[in-house]
Formats: sequence, C-alpha cells, structure tokens
Amino acid sequence: MEAPRHWRLKKQRYSLTGEVCPHCSAKIFPPRDVCPECGQEAKTAFQFSGKGEVFSYTAITDAPAGYQDQAPYAIALVKLNEGPIVTAQLTDLGTEPVRIGMPVEMVTRRIKDDGNERGVILYGYKFRPVMQG
Amino acid sequence: MKLLIPEKPVGIIGYGAYIPRYRIPASEISRIWHGESEGTPIKEKSVPGLDEDTITMSIEAARNALNRAQIDPKELRAVWIGSESHPYAVKPSGTVVAEAIGASESISAADFEFACKAGTEAVIAGMGFVGSGMGDYVLAVGMDTAQGRPGDVLEYTAAAGGAAVIIGPASEALAVIDAAYSFVTDTPDFWRRQTQKYPEHGQRFTGDPAYFHHLENSIETFFTETGTSAKDYRFAVFHQPNAKFPQKLGKEFGFTKEQFQTGLLSPMIGNTYSGAVLLGLSAILDIAEPGDKIFAAAFGSGAGSDAFSFTVTERIKSCRNLAPSTQAYIQRRTEIDYAVYARHRGKYIMN
Repeated sequence: MEAPRHWRLKKQRYSLTGEVCPHCSAKIFPPRDVCPECGQEAKTAFQFSGKGEVFSYTAITDAPAGYQDQAPYAIALVKLNEGPIVTAQLTDLGTEPVRIGMPVEMVTRRIKDDGNERGVILYGYKFRPVMQG
Repeated sequence: MKLLIPEKPVGIIGYGAYIPRYRIPASEISRIWHGESEGTPIKEKSVPGLDEDTITMSIEAARNALNRAQIDPKELRAVWIGSESHPYAVKPSGTVVAEAIGASESISAADFEFACKAGTEAVIAGMGFVGSGMGDYVLAVGMDTAQGRPGDVLEYTAAAGGAAVIIGPASEALAVIDAAYSFVTDTPDFWRRQTQKYPEHGQRFTGDPAYFHHLENSIETFFTETGTSAKDYRFAVFHQPNAKFPQKLGKEFGFTKEQFQTGLLSPMIGNTYSGAVLLGLSAILDIAEPGDKIFAAAFGSGAGSDAFSFTVTERIKSCRNLAPSTQAYIQRRTEIDYAVYARHRGKYIMN
C-alpha cells in the first residue's frame, strides 16, 4: 500500500513546492526542513516557478515496473532557475531532440498507474520544452 | 423570466486553454477503416499524450486562468470540473486539480457531468455561487479526453482539450456575463453506461431531435428574452461536434462566418466535448476588444443547451498575454499515425 507515502509528498509532487531558508535565502527542493547550504532550520514554504534548463539527461528504453507504459522516455537532471537540481521525466518532446541547456518548464502529469486500472493514479511533476506564445 | 441572471453581476476574470500536442489526421482514421481518405468530417483531431488525462489537462488550463486572473488561488471558494472522461468513476477530479494549483482546503469541489455541456454547467453554477455572495471566485473547467469506439463515426472527431474560466465579480471581469439560459429535456441521443469504455449514440437521432432542437430552443429563447439577435454580437461560438453542424446552426440564426470562425476550432482539433465551447470562447477572448459582445451556446447530449452572452471589458488588454494563447496550443503539433494513436488511447491489450 503506497497511497500514504504518495499522499504525504503530494504538495511537492503536484506543484514543485519546496522551501526557502530564512537565514541564507537558499531555495530548497525537495523540502527537508534543514537548509543544505547553512545547516539551519528552514521550514518556510516556497513555490518554485517551474522554469529551468536541462543539466544532463539519459534515455530510458527498459523502464522499471510501473513505468513501462510510457517507455521510451527521457529522464533529466533539471537545474531550476532558483538553484536546485531535480530529477524528472521529460515529456511532450515531439520530434525535438533533448539537449543540455534546453529551456524547460514544469507540468503536472500522470507519473504512474498500477496498470490494472484499479489502483490510485499517481500525479507529479515532469518537464517539457518551454511553450512559445 | 427564464434567463439566469444573478443578483450581483458576475464575469470571467481569468481564462485558460489547454490542447495536447498530438494530432491524428482524419484521413489516417479513414484509411484504417474505410481504405480511403475522402469525405472526412474534420481535418484532424487532438490526442492526449501517454501521461495526460482530464485531471492533468485541467491543471494546466487552470494555471493559465489563474495567471490571467491575477488572484491568489487561496481565494477560490470552489473548484468544479466538467467532463465525461473523469479518470476516476469515484474520486473527484477537482480534489487533485485544487491541490495542484494551490487552492486552499476551504473550497467546494465537485465533478460535473452533462455530456458535452458539463463545462458550461459548471460556469452557470459558478455564476450562482459568486452572484449570491457565497464566494468571490469559482474555478470552472470544461475538459475531455473523449472516447470513440474504433471504427465508429465518432472516432474521427472524439478529441482532447478544453478550457478553464474563473468566475468573479463583474467589477474585476475581463468579460462580464450579461445573462445565461439553460434548456433541458430527456433525449437519449448519446450515452455511456457505467463501466462501459465507449459511448453509444443514436446515429441520425443525434442531429435534428438532439443538437439542433436543443440549441435552436436555447438560442431562440435567449434572443427573445434579451431582445437581441445575431447582429448584436461581434463573435459567436457554438458546440462543435464536427465542422458542419455549428455552421448550419449559425447561419439559421443569421450569424456570418466572420462572427463564428474564430471560435470554430473543431476542423483543426476535433470535438473536445465538455471543452468545446469554453475553448472556442478562449480563442475569441484571445483577440476580442473591449466592448465586444460574444454569444456562446453549448450543447450536451441527454440533452440540453446553455446559452450565454458576454461583454468584453478593458481588462482584457492587460491580462490576455499572461498565458499562452489558444492558437499557440493549436499550432504546437506533432502528427501521429493510427498505431501510435491506438497506444495513446489505450487500445492495445497488453495482458
């Protein structure tokens, strides 16, 4: 039963909500209540803009259990404009090749489905090439 | 009086579109089932990505609407999603959408279903909610990933997309809602039983006794009660299950192509069901000028029709560029063939 674990993480997963350190102003993701920069307590919620760029990436063709439905897909380290690097799936690439430095933006998508259409659907952040217009 | 006009004037204070990027040409569907590519009802239709559903699409449209509304999502008092393709049969789509957009826990949330007019039904409920003073702002979404049985005529048009609107006080509106009218009868033209994957429809029964009867009644009553006619509006948008029906309907009431072509998106993206009229309205708001009058008439099988008139305000100019335009989503396009389409729509049985 994974529902309680996903439920606890929903805020950060759905909308990329992290924390900001009141002492040194570092932006923190995922939220961990202690600033990784200065080591002091940091519990103030911070809403990330969702904008960033691809820091590095790889292509997944042999996906782990629960993710096969979406393979092949790209996983990237995305450097957020506010600083932190997050690991996330890239989506809506169309025919566009992924490249390091590619500007991306956060979207909330289906992350995982248990496949038998009976369980809870897991939603969370992914990144796509920045939309024009 | 039959019109729906709240005590306190209300309007749209933010709107946002969403259309997935994948397209399947109607000629490709025709090739699979009929071996020809002539005489298709539209050019192509939008198809959701593998990781998209009514909830994810509603989240993006709602974020666009919030960007234009320029309000704190915590000020919303209701989050209502109209769709006939809610991912869960039991578990409200609105709960996930509200959490994702940062709404507070002090909200009403519910899913609306009235075939293709579930979105406008949520708008009417929002007018009552805000107009009675129960809350300042309501998010109403019309969004669908419509299902079409392989080989059925509806497969050409059953598309994905929709739009979100935020209803608020008229004093903050980018388009004031002048009035609405709703016309409903028990007409079984199109339905889907619980647990069934694909809807059924009454073939030609879906035309005259359903689409035309209900829309003609709602438009006629709306015009009579408001003392207006086609010439009083700069733009009009009608429910668009294909390209032909809305044009025939518009011409019946004296609307010209110039009035309805901006909101007529079905030739390019198909029928987005609960999303169709709100998405057409969103395309109109993208180019409308202050003072313009817009007429909108939705149709939902089952059956019923909602009619509205809007007056665009000065605020449109400062907020329309705060989110991507409807045309930007239409132009973002990746063409797929039937095999990929079948995968995207879950038509392969893997076990």
